[in-house]
Amino acid sequence: MQKLLKNKLFGLVIPLIAIAFGFLAGGVIMLISGNNPFLGYGALLQGVFGELYYFGETLRMMTPLIFSGLAVAFAFRTGLLNIGVEGQLIVGWLAAVVVGIYVDGPMALILAIIAGALAGAAWGFVPGFLKARFQVHEVIVTIMMNYIALHVSNHFIRNYLLASGQRTDYVNDSASLSSPFLESLTDFSRLHWGFAIAIIACVVMWFILWKTSKGYELRAGGYNPNASSYAGMNVNRNIVLSMVISGGFAGIGGAMEGLGTYGYAQILSGFTNLGFDGIAVALLGASTSIGIFLAAFLFGGLKIGASNMQSAAGVAPELVEIVIALIIFFVASSYLIRWVLNRLQQNKEGK
Amino acid sequence: MEIISILNTIIPAALIAATPLIFTALGGLFSERSGVVNIGLEGLMVIGAFSGILATLWLETLGFGAASPWVALLIASIVGAVFSLFHAVASITLKADQIVSGVALNFLAVGLSVFIVREMFGRGQTDYISARIYRSDIPILSDIPIIGDWFFSRIYVTTYVAVILAVIVWYVVFKTPFGLRLRSVGEHPMAADTMGIKVNRMRYIAVMLSGAFGGIGGAVFAITTAGNFAGNTIVGQGFMALAALIFGKWHPFGALGAALFFGLAQSLSVTAQQIPALDQVPQVYLMIAPYVLTILALAGFVGKAEPPKMLGKAYGKGSR
Repeated sequence: MQKLLKNKLFGLVIPLIAIAFGFLAGGVIMLISGNNPFLGYGALLQGVFGELYYFGETLRMMTPLIFSGLAVAFAFRTGLLNIGVEGQLIVGWLAAVVVGIYVDGPMALILAIIAGALAGAAWGFVPGFLKARFQVHEVIVTIMMNYIALHVSNHFIRNYLLASGQRTDYVNDSASLSSPFLESLTDFSRLHWGFAIAIIACVVMWFILWKTSKGYELRAGGYNPNASSYAGMNVNRNIVLSMVISGGFAGIGGAMEGLGTYGYAQILSGFTNLGFDGIAVALLGASTSIGIFLAAFLFGGLKIGASNMQSAAGVAPELVEIVIALIIFFVASSYLIRWVLNRLQQNKEGK
Repeated sequence: MEIISILNTIIPAALIAATPLIFTALGGLFSERSGVVNIGLEGLMVIGAFSGILATLWLETLGFGAASPWVALLIASIVGAVFSLFHAVASITLKADQIVSGVALNFLAVGLSVFIVREMFGRGQTDYISARIYRSDIPILSDIPIIGDWFFSRIYVTTYVAVILAVIVWYVVFKTPFGLRLRSVGEHPMAADTMGIKVNRMRYIAVMLSGAFGGIGGAVFAITTAGNFAGNTIVGQGFMALAALIFGKWHPFGALGAALFFGLAQSLSVTAQQIPALDQVPQVYLMIAPYVLTILALAGFVGKAEPPKMLGKAYGKGSR
């Protein structure tokens, strides 16, 4: 019991140390660049909790981050690294908007979200299939799929869907996630129903992974593919399935942006970075639903607070990107600490 | 005649687009041959472009004149090598997941460079450099009919440096004791360790070389093509260089060929509108060609690509 408690606590300690180091390093950078770190971080906090509007925007920002975090985490649980969440999110965004524009009526919203999920899933299927069939490493394929997604979706918008300037039409009201109720609650931020869907998605992932036999199989395949195969599980099929579900989560994340925050899709000059941030969210959240929710809140807050940091304290908003990058470094590197401490503990028990 | 004049436009443009990819892919080759995955090439290019431009601006004010961009390339390679230490320390010494560490490196590069630019210039981009590396005709060779126009006129000297570098890298990796050690560390670190090769030191050197080359790659792009630095100066060239490395099967000449091909695809996606027949092809096909081809190559449809065996695996003494 004591050991269990220790492990649980330990799982919490590492992310917290990483966050502390990240902020500390950010403070040092502010100091070196001639800013006051206390002023800077004060403005950051003010930019998240200071007004209801900012807080609503933070929750709004969390929504796609939760989905991309879940997507990365789901693949990660099954031993796969899905760097392609960005691309899956982009195609999901576009597919959801297309359905949202052309379909009207009571089913429009559900159909649009399903379209986003399917598009993301299709984008996840390719690397999953290539991994299962040809043993191609999924990381490189997913990176390439990101660029293909970016160019292909830009191509479609530019040639078939362009309404004004750089974007498509708005989706029909029946397919929109925006909510006057949530907006009025948060002083007219862009908070939409996607936030509630994201919370549901956290529960869904937890349920799939921990309460279904398929989830057990997927996790087992991640721990030890050989043993799983020996136990009669179809590891290859599970790899594909895992990437498809992961891509599905990412696709819905894109749909949330398309149907909720913006209401349209646009020609992207570069990546949204929402997908890549998902890697940070999943890592920091230790691939658990609750951890992802909290990590998404942290990163969402950082991103929203960054603009206030610039206007109120004159600190360039990219400081936040630096802090996030350093947190990833520290989380990734802290596995060594975990390993060393585990070893020490084992040695002690051995005696 | 029509064809030849078209090629006069395309080939120099392709060579120019390929140059940064060649430098960076060759850098990635060192890292990956030693067993360290380098997804961070993109970030290394960003840092190279950033430091290359800042160094040029600074050297201009010091009165270095036309030599400024050349010295800046050197500075960019040093900054790139130092910056790559983040990846080296995390992935080699701390045994972090190499891919995660590379991704973090990309984040850090963009964040840090744009942050500094904003603090220095008060906006998201630097001033334009005035001392550029200019395109020039190579004497005598550019007078050769047809071929002279294609390969030796209106081209940056950096392109030739890149091509020569590919030969040097090939020689170093396959014909020198250093290269043998480098490859052995990536293929079978335990055996290498047994033979007295310091695996981790070798990998540190390899990653820093990738940083130096990636830095030059980014700086070459910024100094010759872009002329200034902003957050969107380097968008995907690093990943395209990685793709060239894989498509070229982790071989210097393969990487060179793939980089040239990707450069061609890149320049075609820009110039295709002016070329009859090609203007009918949607631009998107040319833009995604490098990425699709890399996936096909990995799947074995374009000849099986065999990565170094221990690619992506940290090495600790006594682990097997």
